[in-house]
Amino acid sequence: MTTAPAHTRFDEAAIEADPTVPIIHIRRDFAGTPEQLFRAHTDPVVLARWIGPADCTTEVLVWDATDNGRWRYSVTDCNGVPQFFRGSFHTVSPDRLVQTFTWEGMPDAVALETMTFEDLGDGRTRLHAQSLCDSFEGRDAWLRSGMEVGVNDGYAALDTILADGSL
Amino acid sequence: MDDRLSRVFAALSDPTRRDMVARLTDGDATVGDLAAPYAVSVQAVSKHLKVLEEAGLVTRSRDAQRRPVHLEAEVFDLMTAWIERYRRRAEERYQRLDDVLADLDHEQPTPETPQEETAS
Repeated sequence: MTTAPAHTRFDEAAIEADPTVPIIHIRRDFAGTPEQLFRAHTDPVVLARWIGPADCTTEVLVWDATDNGRWRYSVTDCNGVPQFFRGSFHTVSPDRLVQTFTWEGMPDAVALETMTFEDLGDGRTRLHAQSLCDSFEGRDAWLRSGMEVGVNDGYAALDTILADGSL
Repeated sequence: MDDRLSRVFAALSDPTRRDMVARLTDGDATVGDLAAPYAVSVQAVSKHLKVLEEAGLVTRSRDAQRRPVHLEAEVFDLMTAWIERYRRRAEERYQRLDDVLADLDHEQPTPETPQEETAS
């Protein structure tokens, strides 16, 4: 796992696609405590307020954030097309979550996600979300899709391809 | 466009081809130049080049005798655009989380209490 230099700030999300392993890193600093970040990722009521795209309806169907727990949610775009995502929780601890992630439209592809909450000591917390995909093709398809079906962003044609399963 | 990008990513899933592409960012090179650092045959390098060519990542001059390999840089602009779109989506999501965290401040949560809510 790469560690960002201490002086680097991530006021905006920074993304890094590793060239040697099929990993995506996202780093972002938040005004909040690690406890709050943990709650935002494990409390389904709180999670539903931010996880899905703004122009879609997100419904958290299962969110059992415990070791060996499972999760599932749906994202429905403004055309009423739902996409389902699911996975399991491997590790749920205050500063580290490990869970699998699958888009049910491509159920054989599974990513292993590790989220860490690093206390920056000034009321801020750094989220590092690492997604390990099972192939470069899977990783890049994931990057391509943005994981979520969105519209009105100039990529509607690509989203249609993704939604109808022809990809 | 999407099929093309799939080919691009498939072509770049191989470490030797990624290395060749990285070297072509310095400038055009012949097949012999490209083969030199590798413990593989010129034929093997030619096969890799064919994959890169079919993905539209490189072109080879038809006229010049040495047929130098040229990197098509605009393909990478498309990939950069993808990654930027992905980043923006993440940023949008985290701006929503910023708002949620600001609300949590006011709610004074008690993190010691296990979350017992079940999903609706």
